[in-house]
Amino acid sequence: MTTTSELPTTAPAMTPATTPVTAAPGASDAQGAARTALLLLADGRFPAGGHAHSGGAEAAVADGRVRDAATLADFCRGRLHTTGLVAAALAAAATFGLDPLALDDAADARTPSPALRATSRKLGRQLLRAARAVWPDPALDRLAATRPRGAHQPVVLGLTARAAGLSPADAAQLAAYESVSGPATAAVRLLSLDPFHAAAVLARLAPDVDAVAAEAARTASLAVAEGPGALPACSAPLLDLGAEEHAGWPVRLFAS
Amino acid sequence: MNGLAGPAWSAPVADRGGAADDPGSTPRLPVGGRPSGGATRSGPGATTSAAARMHAVADGRGGTALPVLAGEGPLALRSGRPDGGGARVMVVGAMSAPLGGDRLRITAEVGDDARLTVGSAAATVSLPGRDGEPAAYDVRLTVRAGGTLHWLPEPVIAAHRSDLRMTTRADLAHGARLLLRDEQILGRHAEPPGRLTTRLTVHLDGRPLLDQALSFGPGAPAGWNGPAVLHHYRAAGQLLLVDPSLTPDTLASRPLPADPAHGRAAITPLAGPAVLITALAVDGRRLRRLLDAGRAEIEEATGS
Repeated sequence: MTTTSELPTTAPAMTPATTPVTAAPGASDAQGAARTALLLLADGRFPAGGHAHSGGAEAAVADGRVRDAATLADFCRGRLHTTGLVAAALAAAATFGLDPLALDDAADARTPSPALRATSRKLGRQLLRAARAVWPDPALDRLAATRPRGAHQPVVLGLTARAAGLSPADAAQLAAYESVSGPATAAVRLLSLDPFHAAAVLARLAPDVDAVAAEAARTASLAVAEGPGALPACSAPLLDLGAEEHAGWPVRLFAS
Repeated sequence: MNGLAGPAWSAPVADRGGAADDPGSTPRLPVGGRPSGGATRSGPGATTSAAARMHAVADGRGGTALPVLAGEGPLALRSGRPDGGGARVMVVGAMSAPLGGDRLRITAEVGDDARLTVGSAAATVSLPGRDGEPAAYDVRLTVRAGGTLHWLPEPVIAAHRSDLRMTTRADLAHGARLLLRDEQILGRHAEPPGRLTTRLTVHLDGRPLLDQALSFGPGAPAGWNGPAVLHHYRAAGQLLLVDPSLTPDTLASRPLPADPAHGRAAITPLAGPAVLITALAVDGRRLRRLLDAGRAEIEEATGS
C-alpha cells in the first residue's frame, strides 16, 4: 500500500514510500537500494553544502554557552527537541506527499529569524540541486520551478527522500540526526574538541534522536488529514537570537 | 476559524463592569493554595470551566461599541474608558486561576474598522491543582478587515508544580492590524518553575504567519534550560505587530542593545507584513523593559 495518493500521475517512477509511518524509525524497513540512499543522504560528504553551517553552535560558543562536550550535548539536545523536531516533522510531511508549498509556508511561520529563514532556503536550494542530479524526479523539478530562490531545507529533504524511495520515518530520522550532527561536527573546529568526544555526544543522543524522529513521523501522519497546522512548532529562542547576532558578524567560520 | 464557529459558550452575561463587586472575589493566593469559595468553584478539588467573550464593532460614528462583553468566574471582563475611537477591555482576575484541571477560554472578535485594546489587571499565576491535572487556557482572536486589536495581557507565571497548556490563536483578515504581547515567567520569585507549554499561532488571510511553541519546566522535553533554548533566563516573551503597511524595508532585523547577563532581544521582520520582537531575560521586569524598548523602535519606524 502506498501512504499517499497526493502525487499527480506524472509522479516519479521511483519506488513510492511503502512503509507505514508507525514503523519503527531507523530504517530497518528501507529496502536494499533505499537503505543505501539513507546512508548517502546522512553522509556529511553528500554534496549539499551542510558542512558550511554550524546550526547555531558558532554563536553559542562565542558567548560562552557552549564550552565543552557536556554543554555541547545540552545544546544539541535542546536543538533536537525544538527546531529539530519541527524540521523532522516538515520533512516527513513532505515525504507523505503534503503540498510542499503549504509546508514551505508552515516552515516560514515556524522560523521567525530572517537569518535562519535565509539559511534554510539556501540549504534547500543546494540540496535540491544535488537531489535533482542524483534522484531525478518531476516533483523536485516542480519545486525548483516554483521556488527558484530555494524552498526550506526540510521540505526539500522530505521530497528528496521520497524520490529516493525512502519513507516518511526515514526523512524524519535524517532531519532529526542532521539537527545534532551539524553542531557536533562544527564544535570540533570551534572548540578544538576531540572528535572522539563529539562522536560520543552524538552516540549518547541516539535514543533522543530516535524518539524525536518517531514523534515527528507521528505528527506528520496527523498532518495528512489535518493539514500542516498539526505539525509541531517548537521554538528555541536562543537559536533565533544567536542567529540574528551571528548574521551581523563581519568575520565568521561558519555561514550560520 | 476554530473556536469561533461554535465555542462552548453558555455563560450568562455575568459581568458588565463590576468585577470588583463580585462577592466571590478571592485575593490571589500564595503558594499552592486553593480558594475556599468563589463563583464557580464548588468545593475543594473542584475545577473551573470558564469562558469569556467580547466582540467589538465600529459604531458608525468613528467609535467602537462592545455588543458582547461577557465573562464568568475567573475571567471577569470590565470595559474601560474609550481610547480615541477604540474600546478598552480589562480582564480582571476575580479569583486565583488557572489551577490544575481548569479549562479557561477567552474569545475576542474585532469587526471591520473597529478598534479594541485588551489588557489584564494582574499577572496570570498558574498554580498546581489537587490531582496534578494540567490546566488549559485558550485564547481565540479574530480581527476583520480594517480592524485593530491590541492584545496586551500581563505575563503568565508558571508557579512551582503547576502545569498549564496555553494556546493563543489569531485569525486576521487581509488588512487587519494586531499588536500582541505574550510573556512567560518561570516561577514566582526564587522558586523553580512549573510546567508551561504555550503555542502562539497567527494566520493572516488564511495563511500561517507565525507559529511558535515554547515548553519548559519539569517534564518538558530535555534541553529547555540548556544553551539552545532558555539557558539561564527565567522570562521569555514576544511582541508581534502585524500591519498591512509594513514592508520588508520598514525595519531591518537587528538585535536590541542589552547586557546578555540580564537579557537579550531582537527585532525580526517575518515573512509577511509583520515584525516580531523575541526577548529573554532573567526576570519579568527586565523582559518587559526589552519588549517596551523594541516596541518604541517599531513605533518610531512605522510612525505610529
